[in-house]
Amino acid sequence: MADKLENIKSGNMGRGNLSFRIFKDRLFKIFVFVISGLATIPLLLILFYIAKMGIASINWEFFINLPRPPGEVGGGIANALVGTLILILTSSLIAIPPAIALGVFMSENKTKSFSKWIGSGVEILQGIPSIVIGIIAYVWVVRPMGGFSALSGSVALAIMMIPFIAKSTEETLKMIPLHLKEASMALGVPYYKTILKVVMPAGLSGIVTGVIIAIARVAGETAPLLFTAFGNHFMSYSIFKPMNSLPLLIFNYAGSPYDEWHSLAWGASFVLVVMVLLLNIISKILSKRWKVKF
Amino acid sequence: MMLKKKNIKINGDTIFKYAIGSSVVVLIMLIVGIFVSLIVYSYPTIAKFGFGFISGHTWDPVTEEFGAYPFLIGTLITSFIALILSFPVSIMISILLSEYLKSGVIHNYVKSSVELLAGIPSIIYGFWGLFIFVPVVREVQMYFGITPYGIGILTASLILSVMIIPYSATIAYEVISLTPSEIKEAAYSLGATHFEVIRKVILPYSSSGIVAGVLLSLGRALGETMAVTMVIGNSHILPDTLFAPGNTMASVIANEFTEATSDVYLSALIEIGLLLMIVTAFINVVGKMIIKKFSVGMS
Repeated sequence: MADKLENIKSGNMGRGNLSFRIFKDRLFKIFVFVISGLATIPLLLILFYIAKMGIASINWEFFINLPRPPGEVGGGIANALVGTLILILTSSLIAIPPAIALGVFMSENKTKSFSKWIGSGVEILQGIPSIVIGIIAYVWVVRPMGGFSALSGSVALAIMMIPFIAKSTEETLKMIPLHLKEASMALGVPYYKTILKVVMPAGLSGIVTGVIIAIARVAGETAPLLFTAFGNHFMSYSIFKPMNSLPLLIFNYAGSPYDEWHSLAWGASFVLVVMVLLLNIISKILSKRWKVKF
Repeated sequence: MMLKKKNIKINGDTIFKYAIGSSVVVLIMLIVGIFVSLIVYSYPTIAKFGFGFISGHTWDPVTEEFGAYPFLIGTLITSFIALILSFPVSIMISILLSEYLKSGVIHNYVKSSVELLAGIPSIIYGFWGLFIFVPVVREVQMYFGITPYGIGILTASLILSVMIIPYSATIAYEVISLTPSEIKEAAYSLGATHFEVIRKVILPYSSSGIVAGVLLSLGRALGETMAVTMVIGNSHILPDTLFAPGNTMASVIANEFTEATSDVYLSALIEIGLLLMIVTAFINVVGKMIIKKFSVGMS
């Protein structure tokens, strides 16, 4: 008893004295700042090297020429750029209609018990590793069609896009206040017109943002394209033929022993990073500017 | 005739309801179809090797003997090392963002860095790792007198650990921010220091959410393909040290799928895909369930 009183008098509160506790507090704060600061270094290094090596190999020729055979200086990535655009366009065409319909369905039936299962289904689909999606597109499209094609790559990317778009559509439409819908229904507007002309336009910004995020996500995907779109050294506009894309070009040229191809891969990496970051920034600006406000 | 028409009642509403309802059919068909296709196409090896496929140590396409054990171990080792390395870092980041710097320049800088890390495609991590990081690792290995492969299990784990920071950090940040200020203030009023509040009030309170974030980043690490494929070294032998080259389930599919000439070879690779999908789906669903429970408890 006397000991305890002595301890309290001298500032020893049970475990360790006060100055030690303050010291621990300070130490932890410094530790948190240092670790968090260190964690951002890899990002800076990646961006620095991609920019440094990438800008060096970029010029006008880089965007309009095809890759040259090894040993020849120059050449560009025009086929990969066109391929990426075509792949994104086709996969968006495949994914957007069912994904938005799914989002509308989930937000319209949010009170029903089966909607929980649908939500879990979307999450399972989102969690499937991209390489497995590649296998699926291979057995569903490549094998029946008898060869690698841009179409099979688009199917793989579309499967990856669906959960993203569906979820963002659902979340946006859930936030649209019920009285908007009720006002429209009270005026005698049919249900489908209420959804298409009142509810969906009100949540358009969220839906568009979701689509852009999904595109940014799949634009850099390589694994599902490895054995579907496969890659192509030449320009191809046909979705029934193998097609190159930026990530595929990076992967194939990074594994080659030629310096010229490495510098093409650096340039392509720079273009890809800039593209993905721009899409992310655009989606952020859109969701801020165009925010659903009620 | 007239009656029948009246009963069916085809109008915009019916068509619309069927149209959006059909998307659910698409979703169910996708998920069921993916499972069934994987099982059907991997049936030759399931029938031939049974559970020996998981425990077998040899992977030899020439003699058509397939055992996925080295890849299973490779996936588990890389994912867990990555998790152990990234876990403290993401907790520190989330504490910094939610407790020490709630706004301001540094807050925005750290927050957008984490978001950018999640946005960078995995092929970029792999490419950067192969050309910038691997030479550094090689130098270090030479310094310590280890066989300087450069590529290998540890290199892949290090890159993976950076890639998965955003997943656990954002979720941990969200749940830590949800800690009610009443209980924090109660602890302060009892004379606790900031560190003690964080350790004894905030972290226990948000532990289940933090675990969920860790599970989600684990699911991410298990399925990660490109970055790992490029730096792990593609070796079929069970790695004996962390510096040795190895293979993960995802990387062996990426490396060998286009070379698979025989049906058994192809089905062996697809069975690896099936195993990978079951494991990641399980981990994801458990993680999401914990998050849901947590956010229900909050409100």
